Amino acid sequence: MDTIIETVNLTRRYGRQTAVTGLNLQVKKGEIFGFLGPNGAGKTTTLLMLLGLSRPTEGTATVCGLDPVRMAREVKRLVGYLPENVGFYREMDAVQSLEYVASLNGFEGAGARKKIEELLDLVGLGEESGKKTAAFSRGMKQRLGVAEVLIKDPQVLFLDEPTLGLDPEGAVQLINLIQTLNREKGMTVLLSSHNLHQVQKISHRVGIMIDGKLIAEGSIDSLAEEKFGLDQKEYSLEEIYMKYFQEV
Amino acid sequence: MQGLYAVFRKELQDHLSSYRFVILFALISMVSFITSYMAAVHMRENLEALASTRFPFLMLFSTPGAVFSMVQFVAFFGPLIGLILGFDAINRERAQGTLIKVISQPIYRDAVINGKFLAGVATITLMLVAIVLVISGFGLALVGVVPGIEEIWRLFIYLVISIFYISFWLGLSILFSILFRSIATSALASVALWIFLSFFVSLGAEVVANAVAPVDRQDEVRPEAVLENAQVKEMVSLTSPMVLYTDATATIIDPMRKTTRSIILMGPMEELLSARFQNPLSLGQSIIIVLPHIMALMAITLICFSVSYLVFMLQEVRT
Ligand SMILES: Nc1ncnc2c1ncn2[C@@H]1O[C@H](COP(=O)(O)OP(=O)(O)OP(=O)(O)O)[C@@H](O)[C@H]1O
Ligand SMILES: [Mg+2]
Repeated sequence: MDTIIETVNLTRRYGRQTAVTGLNLQVKKGEIFGFLGPNGAGKTTTLLMLLGLSRPTEGTATVCGLDPVRMAREVKRLVGYLPENVGFYREMDAVQSLEYVASLNGFEGAGARKKIEELLDLVGLGEESGKKTAAFSRGMKQRLGVAEVLIKDPQVLFLDEPTLGLDPEGAVQLINLIQTLNREKGMTVLLSSHNLHQVQKISHRVGIMIDGKLIAEGSIDSLAEEKFGLDQKEYSLEEIYMKYFQEV
Repeated sequence: MQGLYAVFRKELQDHLSSYRFVILFALISMVSFITSYMAAVHMRENLEALASTRFPFLMLFSTPGAVFSMVQFVAFFGPLIGLILGFDAINRERAQGTLIKVISQPIYRDAVINGKFLAGVATITLMLVAIVLVISGFGLALVGVVPGIEEIWRLFIYLVISIFYISFWLGLSILFSILFRSIATSALASVALWIFLSFFVSLGAEVVANAVAPVDRQDEVRPEAVLENAQVKEMVSLTSPMVLYTDATATIIDPMRKTTRSIILMGPMEELLSARFQNPLSLGQSIIIVLPHIMALMAITLICFSVSYLVFMLQEVRT
């Protein structure tokens, strides 16, 4: 499979603090990649650099064959990014909010409106479409955020803790939606999450980042093999994660 | 361009439907009603003066009726319009987490700040045009003065200068909204700078002038000393955009004025001479006199916006 995201020695420092150190990461086209790590590990910083929103101190990144530093706009055309705390204009309702994002992507008129309706149904907000976003619950906001990300028909999704604050049912629905998008539309997904159970359920491969360094990368099976040997058949991502975490 | 237009349209819609715009607009229309009414009453009482002037229509804007004229009002309170439209432009979006969303769309980052600035300028234009129309309408109805072609041109130039003047303050408050994360802080900083530049500088100019070039009242007053004092005072006070604006519009809106200078030294014979030729300046001459001021005003507006632009482009956005 082709590599769609690649970083070489990607580094980001804030003053004397290093957020990401010498990151060498490869994500293949069409896979769901789970990005794990404790708070402050540098996951969000990495995503921002991949989008061209933050400038790497050192190293390079390639997303869909483009350099995010020089071709930020082209990269953002292909990549949908759901920030960890996505915000909305309080005075807009769900449809207006989506219309604005659509217009920023150059979509207007009847085609955009039809697409917006479809997406609202897809994320389960069909009933709430006329409600002001100020009156949205956390989970509803998260769903609207997902709809906004999908409006540009991205090839790649960057989802920063997408299930945070969702009820169990909503989380399962979202996870299933991500899986469907991946299978049916072939979207590559880079997913950062602290919910290891969900990550285990849908990820083809995972990367574990601690203190700005990528300390493990591979399929869950291969990581398990490395840590527990072949004889252990039953394992959870949580056990693997804790094992790596304790070693650092 | 696509992003710029989308941001511009949304911001303009926001401005026009916001309470702050409605309140500002109500306030401004009220003030322009009052000032134009006062000016009209004043003009009716002094009909001879009106008959002798070549530009009665402009007097509607420059005659301080009971309180202040329209021109003075814009000079004093116009900045507030700019400040109110811009002080939370960027930091509010940052606080509510929409900035990262907008700039992760396929637009150039400068579309956000350009769109916001242009939407503010459009709103300012709308307000000023409305004021001028209200006052003109009142003039027609109450006094029956009809504007001539030259007066319309002068009003147009006055409008353009005023838009730049208020846009300067808009740019400044947008800059503060980028620099300060807290909305309250940026509002406070903008107002503080407004008070300082508009009121303290004029006071300070006098102090500085008296310190640098004192006019000795004891002895016989030397004309050179008076002149020097006035020059220093003028130089210092020109750092105030309000003074700059007042000077820039001086000969435009009041063609009987020959200069922006506050002090004119001349002997009795010269005075007699000049009184005999009390003719208004031509439009071209008026513009030439204030051209440096107009240029300076435009320059500080553009500089202010460019600084915001640069700071915004270099800043990292995480939320
Ligand atoms: N503007 C900044 N200035 C200084 N340090 C920063 C700045 N932004 C982030 N950092 C630091 O960079 C490191 C990585 O932060 P980042 O947000 O990427 O972590 P994360 O993996 O996304 O964490 P979380 O799981 O909590 O979202 C942290 O140690 C953080 O303190
Ligand atoms: Mg994060």
